[in-house]
Amino acid sequence: MPKEPVAVVGIGQTKHVAARHDVSIAGLVREAAVRALEDAGLTWSDIDAVVIGKAPDFFEGVMMPELYLADALGAVGKPMLRVHTAGSVGGSTALVAAGLIAARVHRTVLTLAFEKQSESNAMWGLSLPVPFQQPLLAGAGGFFAPHVRAYMRRTGAPDTVGSLVAYKDRRNALKNPYAHIHDHDITLEKVQSSPMLWDPVRYSETCPSSDGACAMILTDREGAARSPHPPAWVHGGAMRSEPTLFAGKDFVSPQAGKDCAADVYRQAGIADPRREIDAVEMYVPFSWYEPMWLENLGFADEGEGWKLTEAGVTEIDGDLPVNPSGGVLSTNPIGASGMIRFAEAALQVRGAAGDHQVDGAARALGHAYGGGAQFFSMWLVGAEPPAG
Amino acid sequence: MRDVAIVAFAQSAHRRRTDELSEVDLLMPVLHEVLGATNLKANEIGFTCSGSADYLAGRAFSFTMALDGVGAHPPISESHVEMDGAWALYEAWVKIMTGEADTALVYAYGKSSPGQVRDVLTRQLDPYYVAPLWPDSVALAALQAQALIDAGATDEPALAEVAARNRFAAADNPYAQLTGDVPAGGHLVRPLRTGDCPPIGDGAAAVILAAGDTARALCERPAWIRGIDHRIEAHGLGVRDLTDSPSTRLAAQHAGAFERPVDTAELHAPFTSQEVVLRGVLGLGDDVAVNPSGGALAANPIMAAGLIRLGEAAARIHRGQSDRALAHATSGPCLQQNLVAVLEGESAHA
Repeated sequence: MPKEPVAVVGIGQTKHVAARHDVSIAGLVREAAVRALEDAGLTWSDIDAVVIGKAPDFFEGVMMPELYLADALGAVGKPMLRVHTAGSVGGSTALVAAGLIAARVHRTVLTLAFEKQSESNAMWGLSLPVPFQQPLLAGAGGFFAPHVRAYMRRTGAPDTVGSLVAYKDRRNALKNPYAHIHDHDITLEKVQSSPMLWDPVRYSETCPSSDGACAMILTDREGAARSPHPPAWVHGGAMRSEPTLFAGKDFVSPQAGKDCAADVYRQAGIADPRREIDAVEMYVPFSWYEPMWLENLGFADEGEGWKLTEAGVTEIDGDLPVNPSGGVLSTNPIGASGMIRFAEAALQVRGAAGDHQVDGAARALGHAYGGGAQFFSMWLVGAEPPAG
Repeated sequence: MRDVAIVAFAQSAHRRRTDELSEVDLLMPVLHEVLGATNLKANEIGFTCSGSADYLAGRAFSFTMALDGVGAHPPISESHVEMDGAWALYEAWVKIMTGEADTALVYAYGKSSPGQVRDVLTRQLDPYYVAPLWPDSVALAALQAQALIDAGATDEPALAEVAARNRFAAADNPYAQLTGDVPAGGHLVRPLRTGDCPPIGDGAAAVILAAGDTARALCERPAWIRGIDHRIEAHGLGVRDLTDSPSTRLAAQHAGAFERPVDTAELHAPFTSQEVVLRGVLGLGDDVAVNPSGGALAANPIMAAGLIRLGEAAARIHRGQSDRALAHATSGPCLQQNLVAVLEGESAHA
């Protein structure tokens, strides 16, 4: 028996900000969940199961917060699963939820991811030393900067490319009411003159720390037929993992990312992603990851990704818009960031992305990665149901 | 519905301390053993899923290093739940049900020895109103035990009998940490004595799942998962009846546990009083072999203990000692979240 088709019929986000002092963690997640239910025209009683994800529990200081959040998410008496796959978790969480429907275990599932970074310190949370293990002493930026440098050396990309990405994403964010950073005075010069944090990554080429949550309602074919708004259909989804460190690991373009994308394209019947995909929501926490992932995801040949960025192809009105929402560079509630990519891809093909809508987007890719560029999750959504 | 079975199970010898071992060191022998039992290699497995908790390791992303132990290159299809491995098994079961995988490797591990586990578990509680008071896991279990005693459902001697029976059974379990004639001891938190509480220990476990004919090819007598379900309850203890476990009852119903009697039940009841609750809710009579492994009172490696219940129940079926077994896992304070699976051997199905 073929899998049940999975539809996204509800999407809810909070306005992402540096600190939501007005709500508890429970209040934050409930806000996103209620908005997703409203979008889907459903109530709590329509939900069969809840799948929740977030990045490390150390970020809020709550161990396994799903236990505490069961009440706020209407999960009492229902199955509740908690996913944690590092930075890719928001995407993985959505895929686990989609699996429940595809397998016909449940019919309608609420999936949600969040991070309330203001209740802790992410830099500290990522830097705890532990015996036996490689410490990640400088947070995420210190870990990834050398890999960006390796990309520049390998491809000969001029050092201006990173600032172009940041300038684009921060301008796109101005069109997205939920985005965290709304810098109305943004200029390319401002990005280029911002302080160097981890050479070659500048302050304005770095993601913020955000409080926020993102929720989606996923349902089966029958549920989609009752949806008040056009659904987005899942055409392919995959996760791939590889170890943090091993001889021969390519940190610039990890094999797990390539394999994950290839699996998604195979499922969705996509032969030429550059031409057949209309919008990409890509996990770009540091600006240089846009050209890097353009290559890793098969949108450009090796060494050519930066040329697409430089030529404006990834601008919102370009041939292959990347991060029309403003992306992780403008909004980063870490555990939710992957799900926001997945949800923003779905908004695009539903034609519901508002001011940051890409005209005629029929197929969009949501992408997330995490750990030491080792965990990948992606999905491809379309305006039309999958064939078969 | 695809037929999915547990075809192999391995666990570590659970010990009070494993200072000389990293999580990967703890896990590696178990992974090798479970893969060896099926002659599968990591890259031949369709899906891999693990369960663990960062708070035990005392660092963020602790599971990323554990993945190194799997040998995950070429890249694998993989996921992780920040929960007991029983829920990782559930995620893997769903993955096989979609048809996207035919086999799955599930593993879980927990090292409690580096920290004060009673203090660590307080961090699971409502972070604004409850956790700042640091009510520990034994104190919360004691509330539940006292509620049961007040309701006339048990008394201290009966609880001591539960402990004695589990640890007597564990004498036949080479992996168990606490076995045989363990003294009831003094009160730890009234009415619970040390003997009513689980040992604190480090351990790991792994199982392999497979679908249909693949399962039959990998295992002489697969333990078929006839039903599996899990449910959660409210977090606030004040809105729950601690003498009951409606989430277990609901999960058991959805797993089909009440359709026919089981001969074996592996219950994840770290405290004697919790076995009283679970036995009642699941309607387990004296003819059912409850915790022939010794259960969580004999070895309770946090995040692996639930998966071990599934593994132990399956192993009984593999060995022909059971035809229809129930396996249960729990999470959260006072049995807040519960998973129930019903496993059967081939002959019971025919």
